[in-house]
Amino acid sequence: MVSDSGHLSRFGHQDNRKSPQKNGLTDAGAVGTPPEPRPVAGDPPKLVVRNVSISYGKKMVLRDVSFEVRQNEIFGIIGPSGSGKTSLLRALNRMDFFVPGMSVQGSILFGGREVRMWRNVYALRRKIGVVFPLPVGLPLSVYDNVSLAPRLSGVRDPRRLDEIVERCLQRAALWDEVKDRLNSLGSLLSGGQQQRLTIARALSQEPDLLLLDEFSIAVDPVTTMRIEDVLQGLRQEMSIILVTNLVQQARRLADRTAFFLMGECVEVGDTEAIFSGDVKDPRTRAYVEGRFG
Amino acid sequence: MGSPESAEVAGAVEGAGVAEGAGVAASFAEDADARTMAWYVDKGVEILVFIGGVSAIIFIFGIFGFVMKEGAGFIAGSLDLGEFFTSPRWAPTSSYNPTYGALALIAGTASVTGLAMLLAVPFSLGTAIYIAEFATGRIREILKVLVELLAAIPSVVWGFIGLSIMNPLIIDLFNVPVGLSVLNSGIILGLMAAPIMTTIAEDALKAVPDTYREAAEALGATRWQVVFRVVLPAAKNGLVAAVLLGVGRGFGETMAVLMASGHSINIPTSVFDSVRALTATIAAELGETAVGSDHYKALFALGIFLFLVTFIINLTADLVIRGVRKR
Amino acid sequence: MAGFEASALNRRDQKVERLIRWLFLLMTLLLILPVFVILIFLVIKGWPVMSMEFLFTEPSNGMTAGGIFPALVGTVWLVAVALLFSVPIGVAAAIYLSEYASDNWLTRVINLAIINLAGVPSIVHALFGVGAFVLFFGFGTSILAASLTLGIMTLPVVIVSTREALQAVPMAFREACWNMGATRWQTIRHVVLPNALSGILTGIILEVSRTAGETAPIMFTGAAFFLPFLPQGVFDETMALSLHLFVISTQVPNVPEALPYGVALVLIGIVLAMNSLSIAFRTVLRRRKKW
Repeated sequence: MVSDSGHLSRFGHQDNRKSPQKNGLTDAGAVGTPPEPRPVAGDPPKLVVRNVSISYGKKMVLRDVSFEVRQNEIFGIIGPSGSGKTSLLRALNRMDFFVPGMSVQGSILFGGREVRMWRNVYALRRKIGVVFPLPVGLPLSVYDNVSLAPRLSGVRDPRRLDEIVERCLQRAALWDEVKDRLNSLGSLLSGGQQQRLTIARALSQEPDLLLLDEFSIAVDPVTTMRIEDVLQGLRQEMSIILVTNLVQQARRLADRTAFFLMGECVEVGDTEAIFSGDVKDPRTRAYVEGRFG
Repeated sequence: MGSPESAEVAGAVEGAGVAEGAGVAASFAEDADARTMAWYVDKGVEILVFIGGVSAIIFIFGIFGFVMKEGAGFIAGSLDLGEFFTSPRWAPTSSYNPTYGALALIAGTASVTGLAMLLAVPFSLGTAIYIAEFATGRIREILKVLVELLAAIPSVVWGFIGLSIMNPLIIDLFNVPVGLSVLNSGIILGLMAAPIMTTIAEDALKAVPDTYREAAEALGATRWQVVFRVVLPAAKNGLVAAVLLGVGRGFGETMAVLMASGHSINIPTSVFDSVRALTATIAAELGETAVGSDHYKALFALGIFLFLVTFIINLTADLVIRGVRKR
Repeated sequence: MAGFEASALNRRDQKVERLIRWLFLLMTLLLILPVFVILIFLVIKGWPVMSMEFLFTEPSNGMTAGGIFPALVGTVWLVAVALLFSVPIGVAAAIYLSEYASDNWLTRVINLAIINLAGVPSIVHALFGVGAFVLFFGFGTSILAASLTLGIMTLPVVIVSTREALQAVPMAFREACWNMGATRWQTIRHVVLPNALSGILTGIILEVSRTAGETAPIMFTGAAFFLPFLPQGVFDETMALSLHLFVISTQVPNVPEALPYGVALVLIGIVLAMNSLSIAFRTVLRRRKKW
């Protein structure tokens, strides 16, 4: 059962890596601390994408893509729009089910388990947080926006919910701005605030993997920087996939970066390598240096 | 209704992952396979709302089935279909020679509906065009609300208006002995059907993309040229459907026609003749028949006929509208 | 706007334009105004009999005098029972169509069935009510039989308005919820329904207005011509306002002229008030933005 305790406990395999922060939510101060546990190649990967192709009807948007995302890693995905990045994210948490005609081939292993083998698809989605390009503040109060996910998975204790709401909002760097109006509508906050609200909401699920899809599109540069700081802190507790069309954002944040082009994964490598020109495919260098896209 | 769980697993690499992260998978297994309360509630609701969804089908079959149940035996048995469609003599209560000729009733319905459409179609389309293409802002909103309110007036009130306001008016104006006639019920029915046709026609006009209008205006066409050359042809199917649904409404209207048409079995030769409609016949006679009698069954046979005709009208309207969407 | 063209032609165009605009306005007014004249006439004729006594006493002297209380109460009964039946089914159907159904043949058939439920003549609904509820299910002529007939007949009103209200809730909200691991029902229950609720209420008010005015479906299924006492339960027959208007204007001799006008006025008052309420509700809703 994914009851109160089940949903709040972290996966066992993480414990050996960072036992002092077993429950990420109990340590709000983690935001400021430097990212200590760097991803190590030898670990069992958090996410394995192997030979994945995605098509809508006859139209193929992603062709034979393979990569891995390690524990506590920020994995950047860059590439011009229309490269199939968003479709890939949809496939990761099985949202493809809601898109008529979308079909996913190949294998996606999350925590070592094929995502299509999860009988409880809702538990899968709870462990994978998603932040959209355009912020979506639900037309509920700010408080309910953040407390909805814990409540749906069975947390009833109001004090506990208060705690979760405050922590998640703090970690999303939104608490100070909304703490006096937790009852106002989340959908009426400003764009930048809504985006941080979305992140707080994603954190309230206590995800193992956070997917960010071009989160900075509708956000001003200052807020973008604040969110980037937040992500640096979150790395300690989860893996993050950062899809972005801002090449420099990937450079700032990502440990490793993949370059997608027209439905193909052209290159995967250490971010430093990719940005220093140490690449296998000339198209990657061209894109990174801003010569097209 | 495929559930997310039933999506097939791509065979290629199946199982490989479990081997790779065997220790990890074990800790996931509990969450991954748990069927929570929420899962069962979700399935339960899905089944409930599905039943709600198909209930419309069940009801429409139920209506047809129960009306058939009471009337079909009579149609197959003692009813002479030739007589039904060709004889104007509807005399189910005649003790020596009961006859069931529906021709006069069909003529009554057709004449009233026909006159109503003749009056209502131009005005409805005109109003729809005015609201959709010419009126702006507040005036448009007010007109739409008024049309909506017109559509809400109950049919028995319309019948009463025909009976006590139109009737003396027609007698005075045209110097005729009776004011309950094709003219009276045609006008009443026209006023009843007009708001519906207006609303549907307006929707059809609204569905024409603004880019069409802009393109035509960019070529120097005036507003009315845009309306007649571009908008109306583009909205043609929707307008046809609006008229069809208006016909269906007129055809099936009961109380107003019962009260305003004069209720005499008659093939009309002028608009001042009294007639009797199919629907009105059922409404007037069902209360007086014994359950299971031939007369009772004959009224259900009329019901079957009404059901089928309106069904075909609605089906046609639906197909016509769908033609628009396909394009 | 082509400024360099012959201005004489433009002036003629503008004249035609204005003429046509007036023509269509005239058609619109010709459609709407007569009805308002008639309504005003109804008010003038019916107003004299309006009184508390008229509303709250029984008809007397063979329905040629007295009030309309039993009919008023009967209409409330009929509408209430019809709503109890049709609102849950209608809302469920709308949720299915808006939230679950994919674009397949079944959905098309359901939509066609809804159109036909609305399009089948009311007297055929009455025949169905007699065959199914009065006879087959053995409810006899009763409020239950009449209300079930009314409920099925007005089901499309609830379905269509609820579906519209549900579809007005942006898809992004649902996706956000699904991404959080909410089930479909949790999403509907916590995000979609609360935001569609007022739209659904608007539809229900509209249905009340439709149901209150119907006459043919209740004539043979549960409404009585004259019944001087109030119904005690759903298996009783009852008087109804709409049928009462029909009866005293066509079936009863020597009714004073003002009496049916009064009944018509009450009936149309209820119906139009309900409709106006629903329209006002909708307008307020549109103004109050939540996203």
